[in-house]
Amino acid sequence: MPRQLPEIPGTTLFDGAQAMKGYALNKMCYSFNSAENRQAFLRDEDAYCARYGLNTAQREAVRRRNVLDLIAAGGNVYYLAKLAGILGLDVQDLGAQQTGMTRDAFMAKLVAAGR
Amino acid sequence: MARIVGAITTSHVPAIGKAIARNLQEDAYWKPFFDGFPPVHRWLAQARPDVAVIFYNDHGLNFFLDKMPTFAVGAAPQYRNADEGWGIPTVPPVPGDPRLSWHLIEGLVAGDFDITTCQEMLVDHAFTIPLALLWPGSGAWPVRAVPVCINTVQYPLPSAMRCYRLGQAIGRAIESYPEDLRVVVIGTGGLSHQLDGERAGFINKAFDTEFMERLPADPLWATRYSVPELAKLTGTQGVELLMWLAARGALGGEAATVHSNYHIPISNTAAGLMLMEPRAA
Repeated sequence: MPRQLPEIPGTTLFDGAQAMKGYALNKMCYSFNSAENRQAFLRDEDAYCARYGLNTAQREAVRRRNVLDLIAAGGNVYYLAKLAGILGLDVQDLGAQQTGMTRDAFMAKLVAAGR
Repeated sequence: MARIVGAITTSHVPAIGKAIARNLQEDAYWKPFFDGFPPVHRWLAQARPDVAVIFYNDHGLNFFLDKMPTFAVGAAPQYRNADEGWGIPTVPPVPGDPRLSWHLIEGLVAGDFDITTCQEMLVDHAFTIPLALLWPGSGAWPVRAVPVCINTVQYPLPSAMRCYRLGQAIGRAIESYPEDLRVVVIGTGGLSHQLDGERAGFINKAFDTEFMERLPADPLWATRYSVPELAKLTGTQGVELLMWLAARGALGGEAATVHSNYHIPISNTAAGLMLMEPRAA
């Protein structure tokens, strides 16, 4: 059995269980290192997701551009960042979406952490 | 004999690559970060390292989950940067030093570090941004490099103590290399930040400050924490401080801070910079 990791609020550590669950989704995102593959995804998202065998939860999370759902479906942030890049989202956009804040409020929170 | 002239540790946030490409160094947002580097540039001009041994973590450019080495050492004649999917401009290839690589590999395996060796290895922003920060504007890099990649993608990650000891083993191997080389060790990543989850945006200035203060004289301080505890204290990507511990380990016994800088935020990250030199005990 994989070792149980301690609970951290609002955090999913990407362990073996997540790595198995998210393999197809992360493999698709890894493919986005290639510009040709990014174009193929944009041309026909359904076909591209089907080619990588995403399960329903993963396909739905991609469709909804929902980061927390993508993580729950086994997505790893390093690979998901490549999907976010296609969608024109940076890490402030991702942070705002996951925390339910506006982008400005999220950025203000970062600045406040430096005081 | 080869000699370690110093260790430099710095954050490697992708947005830095974009800021360099757009020449935003004097921009109000970026200036407090880039202003940390001129003292390091002056030091490098004096120290004139021939080789940089670079501890970094791959973010899904060279390694995928199909094969995920805990520690991987490059042994290639050159290291190419490539498209990571979200548009930072690539940099020219970095020359390697395969003979030194194999010497380090021999030393590591003899020292019970069962590493993965790579004769081909793409290097991502965690490797290239520090080079661009340390040697700005150089189309041709003035150093050869040996990449040492530490897994921070998939748990279990190696412990803080293990990374520190990896650095020590590399330090000993460098010091036993017969060629007269000047070597700088570089650790990239951190400091506290978290990109994923409801806790995204987490930063811990108090921890980072203590970590930077302790690193030269008391590097074992951080090894009291397990990696999940470090993730709790520094954020899920804050665990990249493992690269700083490895770089510090390579310096050996005594070390002193020559220069440091710390600024919040760069992108979602507390950006840190340290330059340390070995001190005779």
